[in-house]
Amino acid sequence: MKSATSMDKTMNRSADAPTLEAPTGRGIAGEALHWISRHPIWLFLAACVIFFSFGSPYFFTPFNLSNILVQSAFIGFLSIGMTLIMINGNIDLTVGSTLALCASLAVGLQDYGLVVAIAGAVAAGLLLGLLNGVIVVKTGVHSFIVTLGGLIGIRGLVFVYTGENSLSATNMSFLDFGMISFGPISIIAVLFVVLMLAFQWMLSRTRHGREAYAIGGNLSAAENAGVKVSRHIVINFVISGLMAAVAGITMATQMGAATPNLGTNYELWTVIAVVLGGTKLQGGAGSLWGTLGGVLTLGVLRNGMNLMHVQPFYVLVILGLVLILALFVDKQINKE
Amino acid sequence: METLMKRVNLPQLARQQGILIAFVIFLAVVAASSDTFLTTGNILQVLRQASILGTMALGVTFVVICGRLDLSVGSALSLTTVLVVDLHDKIGPGPAILVTLVAGLLVGVVNGLLIGYVRLNSLIVTLGMLSTLQGVTLIYTGGKNVSVANPEATWFGFFGRGHFLDIPVPVWIFLGGAAVLGVILARTSYGRQVYAVGGNETASRFSGVNARRIVFSAYLLSGLTTAVAAVIMGSRVMGSQNNVGQGYELQVLAGIILGGTSLLGGSGTLLKTVIGIAILGFIENGLLLLGYPYYVQWLVTWAVIIGAVWLDVASKRGRLFV
Repeated sequence: MKSATSMDKTMNRSADAPTLEAPTGRGIAGEALHWISRHPIWLFLAACVIFFSFGSPYFFTPFNLSNILVQSAFIGFLSIGMTLIMINGNIDLTVGSTLALCASLAVGLQDYGLVVAIAGAVAAGLLLGLLNGVIVVKTGVHSFIVTLGGLIGIRGLVFVYTGENSLSATNMSFLDFGMISFGPISIIAVLFVVLMLAFQWMLSRTRHGREAYAIGGNLSAAENAGVKVSRHIVINFVISGLMAAVAGITMATQMGAATPNLGTNYELWTVIAVVLGGTKLQGGAGSLWGTLGGVLTLGVLRNGMNLMHVQPFYVLVILGLVLILALFVDKQINKE
Repeated sequence: METLMKRVNLPQLARQQGILIAFVIFLAVVAASSDTFLTTGNILQVLRQASILGTMALGVTFVVICGRLDLSVGSALSLTTVLVVDLHDKIGPGPAILVTLVAGLLVGVVNGLLIGYVRLNSLIVTLGMLSTLQGVTLIYTGGKNVSVANPEATWFGFFGRGHFLDIPVPVWIFLGGAAVLGVILARTSYGRQVYAVGGNETASRFSGVNARRIVFSAYLLSGLTTAVAAVIMGSRVMGSQNNVGQGYELQVLAGIILGGTSLLGGSGTLLKTVIGIAILGFIENGLLLLGYPYYVQWLVTWAVIIGAVWLDVASKRGRLFV
């Protein structure tokens, strides 16, 4: 009986139970504090933004902020899929290679028309995600190994398809897409934020989202409770493949080309962004709000240090140290 | 008698040694279509090419058996290779090698302190180190490539280019290192403690193992073998780019996994690692001899890695699918 009530609580949190939304009767300020305490990366992000605003007159301008959004968008798309997969307790190392394959297809298939090119790229992303997911749930091989193999193999597919050559886009509307903007805000930035919000909604408001946490928290318990574990895991890998396709296509529209080495190391940056956002590698916890904060933190650090003429070499060092420091702080906080 | 029957049980043999059987079939197919494939010269060539990856993998195997990961070895290889090549002309080959080995150990110290003693997650720490060390390498060189001015006039070439008893020196270093570390892992109480920490860390602590020190030492070894690999690399190329080790961390893991060492820790041997690295090398070499472009090996590696681990978990589970 007790478990049934706690079940009801989680199920109804979103619906018509305002008392459960704010059980302690926090005001708006209290809510904000509570939110920040769950997503501390936004505090760090705010500090970075303030610091760079004083550090460079070019930083806090609409053009530059929109620029940061565009620069962050590609890792951002990938991090959406990665967050879902990591909440499940898995990892997807193929995203960088899949991005490259989808970008190559989106450019290379343009002779058959734009629709075929985009459809081909999206289909490739979906299929590779499906393949990863099915292998993970059917063979019982850990996702780290499955996708480590995929990272190497899919890069091979890219080289087989492109024959080691860079491909240049020929379709005008494909090239124009990346240039569309609403005021100072590029369509790629809009797509990034909209997808983040949509998938955060899915995560917090749908059954698939709730059960993703259950699977990551305790897989066998979720299975015993009747959660269709395999299906949810495969769906999240498919979403990750789709996001890699979105990242690849948008990147290709921006560059007007696709190179076979596109997206190298992106899987590592994506994991870094997601971990900075507070999602646990062990699964069961995390959110896209945190991930958005992590992605933007990386983008702001890169952009801000660049504007302050910090050499890109130092940026790599600082990003690495920030990651380790974040992990250290997180450990200290959770110890208490 | 029953155990004897089990030993010749073919399906079980296929499951347990499937990857080796597949490998032997692969060797036979390539050998049938290429006369040079199974000659001593070619085999030594494959081992020589695999020796850099292999030497790194020796130390990383200790880390993996401890139940940890080390993604920093690729960047550490870049850093130490750049160091040994750059310092060669400045302070002479001997001191340069010494500084390089110390640098490798220092990387191990940082990883080991953060993971062993502060007990942070190894994947994230070494991911951070991957980025940090790549940055340090670039800061050191200012983004320029480094090279040895006169490669013919130095004994430094011995480690990467030399031969001893008709066998390339890198192969001696790789296999010699594997033998020494293999004995340490399999025959000493230190080795048993490494397995104990990886198998069940809490239990190992209760039985008096200093788990923190063991993890720390595994990262020291990983840093050291990476620096040794850097000496081979620098000596062979007599120059280095800033990102020469990029991607090696994943190749090393691929070789270790392929050999059959579990990423969960507590099991694995250095012989397995040598076999895994050799398989990767022979796949690359065999496909090139068959006339395929180099990237086809990546497709084969994809299938082989997943297939190998699948067979392994399936044989433990008793059936192919979950």
